[in-house]
Amino acid sequence: MQLNQFLILSAFLFCTGVYGILARRNAVLVLMSVELMLNAVNINLVAFSAFSNAVSGQVFALFVITVAAAEVGVGLAIVLLIYRNVHTPDLDAVDQLRG
Amino acid sequence: MIAQNVAFWIVALSMAGAAVGVVRTRNVVHAALYLVVVLGGAAAQYILLAAEFVAWVQVLIYIGAVVIIFLFGIMLTRAPMQSETALDNDQRWPALVVAVFLLGVLIVLLVDAFGDQTIRLDDELLATGRTGNVGSSIFRQYVVPFEVVSMLLLAALVGAVAIARRD
Repeated sequence: MQLNQFLILSAFLFCTGVYGILARRNAVLVLMSVELMLNAVNINLVAFSAFSNAVSGQVFALFVITVAAAEVGVGLAIVLLIYRNVHTPDLDAVDQLRG
Repeated sequence: MIAQNVAFWIVALSMAGAAVGVVRTRNVVHAALYLVVVLGGAAAQYILLAAEFVAWVQVLIYIGAVVIIFLFGIMLTRAPMQSETALDNDQRWPALVVAVFLLGVLIVLLVDAFGDQTIRLDDELLATGRTGNVGSSIFRQYVVPFEVVSMLLLAALVGAVAIARRD
């Protein structure tokens, strides 16, 4: 198999995640887009691991999965706190720092 | 090699369609279900690349835990089930331009850098991806990062409880 087909698939997933982060207003959907981007990175790591026949890429992918799980936990806790304070999950409503 | 390529394209096309669904759907729960398709497709790609342990960790942690946390988040923030444009802000077209531009740059760069490199699927690769091999690599070569990540998980867990607690 070509190495490029995996890399281009993951580039597509990454750009979809970038679009989601920029265009979504709901905080939970923004976090889902972040997950898309982290998955794109994982596909890249595992593809390069198979390409160079080394196991390090897979270990790094496992670390990225762990950090992503921690990020989702803390991220959703913050979203819940925002929801409790401003009564909406919309990120546009959180503009207290605007001058 | 042909069979792997056919499997790759089937899984890749469904992943791409589901990824677009995650960022385009107007129902928040549907977005979470599309995300399940993307994550499961990624696990299938890991199997194709002979990374069996990473594939099952992906299924257990992402589909088993992260998606459930997302569904709880949707439930607790009372996300609108049927809404027209409330889920998107008004910068949809600039975002599309940025994403397409980034994708174009990345594809040109990748084709230029890795144009005809191939992944050899042979017995050597299967032996590299075996779970025992990954485990001994984690606990020998990468044991310090492993411990740091476990402390990070503990800190994130306590932090999430402390942030979300109602007091």
